[in-house]
Amino acid sequence: MLKANSEKRQARNGLPLKAKWRRDWQMVLLMIPGVVFLLVFFYLPVLGNVVAFQDFQPFLGIMHSEWNGLQNFVNLYANPDFWDALRNTLVLAGVQLLLFFPVPIGLALIVDSLVSNRFRRWFQTIAYLPHFLSWVLVVTLFQQSLGGAGFVNNLLRQAGLDPIPFMTNPDTFPLLVVAQLIWKDAGWAMIIFLAALTTVDVSLYEAAAADGAGRWRRLWHITLPSLRTVIVLLLILRIGDILSVGFEQFILQRDSVGSGAAEVLDTFTYYAGVVGGDWSSGAAAGLAKGVVGALLLWGANSLAHRLGEPGIFQKRGAS
Amino acid sequence: MRPVWKENPSPGYQAIKAVVLGGFALAIVIPILVVISTSLASDEDIIDAGGYVLWPSHPTFKAYQTLFSGGLMGRAILVSVFVTLVGTAIALAVTIALAYATSRPVLFGRPVLLMVLFTLLFAPGIIPMFLVVKQLGLLDSLWSLILPGALGAFNFVVLRTFFMNVPGELLESARIDGASDFTILRRIIMPLSKAVIAVVGLFYAVGFWNAFFNALLYLNDTSKWPVQVILRTYVLQGKSLSADQLGVHPPPQPQSLQMAVVVVALVPIAMVYPFLQRHFTKGVITGAVKG
Repeated sequence: MLKANSEKRQARNGLPLKAKWRRDWQMVLLMIPGVVFLLVFFYLPVLGNVVAFQDFQPFLGIMHSEWNGLQNFVNLYANPDFWDALRNTLVLAGVQLLLFFPVPIGLALIVDSLVSNRFRRWFQTIAYLPHFLSWVLVVTLFQQSLGGAGFVNNLLRQAGLDPIPFMTNPDTFPLLVVAQLIWKDAGWAMIIFLAALTTVDVSLYEAAAADGAGRWRRLWHITLPSLRTVIVLLLILRIGDILSVGFEQFILQRDSVGSGAAEVLDTFTYYAGVVGGDWSSGAAAGLAKGVVGALLLWGANSLAHRLGEPGIFQKRGAS
Repeated sequence: MRPVWKENPSPGYQAIKAVVLGGFALAIVIPILVVISTSLASDEDIIDAGGYVLWPSHPTFKAYQTLFSGGLMGRAILVSVFVTLVGTAIALAVTIALAYATSRPVLFGRPVLLMVLFTLLFAPGIIPMFLVVKQLGLLDSLWSLILPGALGAFNFVVLRTFFMNVPGELLESARIDGASDFTILRRIIMPLSKAVIAVVGLFYAVGFWNAFFNALLYLNDTSKWPVQVILRTYVLQGKSLSADQLGVHPPPQPQSLQMAVVVVALVPIAMVYPFLQRHFTKGVITGAVKG
């Protein structure tokens, strides 16, 4: 089968360009809208990152603004706000990785162990829903529940207790952010682990049980090892994305907890550049973030290869 | 069905499982329920309950009538519906065409595929994106909410994986019968992948409906704001939509009106959700994971 395919491909690739064009011109036409989209809304902006090396003035445009080398990055290095944003980003990413990442795995293990199919379906229906709600809606629901005038604090007041500033305390903000992330996405993230759990060979459990392994030993020696590939894959994706801790979530809550706690690299880029008019600093921060993110993704992927896991980008093509 | 080798559940474990899953589910359901109830509550209900209502004893649609009697919210709904419908149609057309064309070994297929996959690795950044949209003259135009979202790499991968699994013999025999690639796409590929296309379309639609930051970034004109931005400005930031913008005097207790805005943002999602839920677990996600 594989051999036949490669022979066919060779035969097809062996054709002269003109014959290929005659055969494939309709397919090429079908690619055009997508390619135009990618050029205009992806590759053009990628090139637009050159403003990070310019003293960009909107009225002069990219062509006429002055080049200033690495000056913008030097300015960033000296800017305490940038370091605050970077620190917040790393702290939030760390907290998310530590507190969010295990939750869907745990939920999936519990759901998988349920015997009642009805209860299981019922739980899945509820748990997947929040993934499809917008961040504006999620933050609004949290505010209506936990905010100063929200119903939890209303209940506390009615019970004669002091209200708790869940939504506005900068010190507990990382925990709030993780709670929101768990509320919105832990159920959805569970799907992949559930799918992986269905592929575990049941006879392994049976054999282990016959050999006297209890439920925890089966979990440790059979279930978790069979989730390993998926866990590594998702960790890689998470690490590659670690500097994007959730842009809308922070922009929406920056007003209520203050920029000291909620400023991350993305919001820094937005407020410095688009709002503050310092386009070049914003672009420099954005570019630094993009490059570091790509390097992290690549690094994590190579590490996975070295550990003998498939990772996301295979060496030989992605098909 | 319980496998023979599994122990009978101990009451302790059962209780822990029930508390964890039940608590998680309640934490999701209660806020949504409170918001819906409060939007339907009468002024007296809200005053009696001190702000939030778990169950409206005098349900009324007054808040919704106020909301829909023209003005900012009515327009915002039209904007969101327009962006969602047109955006989804364009995105589906672009993605289907590209996914099909790169799912077969054809001229330029390989480099174009790599062009798409590279977008997974690197994000161009907010500022260059803004400059491009501005340069194209799309600022303050609804197209700025539609065009930048016309191709999602994840949706592309899902569709392409599915198209690749359509047997080549089927297409080959159609070609021998004289079908063009366009015909094959329209008459063979698309009918075979109706369910996947529907799910991908819904993913796009949910994305367009939920998009918030693009509107904040590209639109200054308040009359073009979509529902999500209204939700943020009016409910989250607590700014009031003035009476003349709403068109009716006097507005009901703002609490129920605010909650009605939340419900308006929620309803379309709740409507498509059962369909999404039925189809995405089967095939689509597992297909994407394997592919």
